[in-house]
Amino acid sequence: MTTASDSATVEDTVENDEEHEHISDWGYVKVALLLAVITALEVFTYFESVVDWGKALVPALLVMMVIKFGVVVAYFMHLKFDSQVFTRVFVAGLLFAIGVYLAMIMAFGFHPWEIFQE
Amino acid sequence: MEHGDEHHRSTPLSHEKLAMWAFLGSECLLFGGLISTYMLYKNKLPEGTAISPGELFDIPFTSVTTFVLLMSSLTMVLSVSSITRGDLRRNRVWLLTTALLGAVFIGGQVYEFTAFYNEGAGFTTNLWSSAFFTLTGFHGVHVSIGIVMLMSLFIGNLTGRITKASAEKVEIIGLYWHFVDIVWIVIFTIVYLFPQ
Repeated sequence: MTTASDSATVEDTVENDEEHEHISDWGYVKVALLLAVITALEVFTYFESVVDWGKALVPALLVMMVIKFGVVVAYFMHLKFDSQVFTRVFVAGLLFAIGVYLAMIMAFGFHPWEIFQE
Repeated sequence: MEHGDEHHRSTPLSHEKLAMWAFLGSECLLFGGLISTYMLYKNKLPEGTAISPGELFDIPFTSVTTFVLLMSSLTMVLSVSSITRGDLRRNRVWLLTTALLGAVFIGGQVYEFTAFYNEGAGFTTNLWSSAFFTLTGFHGVHVSIGIVMLMSLFIGNLTGRITKASAEKVEIIGLYWHFVDIVWIVIFTIVYLFPQ
């Protein structure tokens, strides 16, 4: 006999299978091209003789890093299409790590905002 | 995962995938510790240190290895896509390509470590070099473990143990591989590109 929860399980699986098909191989190539362009921009910042980023350098690098991180997690790791539970489990670990180690480095006298003044 | 198994689960989620995500969440703590230790020690060079990190780093070279690792994430996701469709031949090609790109990255890291050592920056030279080698070395070990897992999938595919029914195994190892890539995204920015 099929119960309501069994039906939900099967429906969820079918839904997940359909969701996985939302991005094609060509879509993955386009995501990789975006990542390659952002990486090229990051490397470009290294050559100060071309453009002097000044105080915008570190924030710009951080923004590009976060975008690349998010794109890989969302599309290549399928978090955008998968169950929210996976997102919560991973983000919980990530936020916990960020909180613990920000507190740790500040306890050792390193102030994170100093990196913006370098 | 076969649909028959789904009926015996207490939740509709894949337990194996959930376990991998929990493991990756805990890995954030490991790499968070190593990255923050590096940040604490990166400016603590002893007086009279002959070579600074800025002089040691070869950014164009590291950019190429970074690009190689980034592209290995593309080949990994293509291998997951092909096994989901049941295309075993393409799955073999993409798995092998991913492992080879990973090996190129590791080769680059060995070259970089050797160059640093020859310049006088060994593991125990100073706090900066210890933190640098520990962080990047741990990442290199993770990539190496990933290559072993990819090759085991490749051999499994050749011997008929990896089929469309085991697509989730490929996806789970793919999650590990992509995690190794996102950790390098952070390391490349903080260690190599931040002003020294």
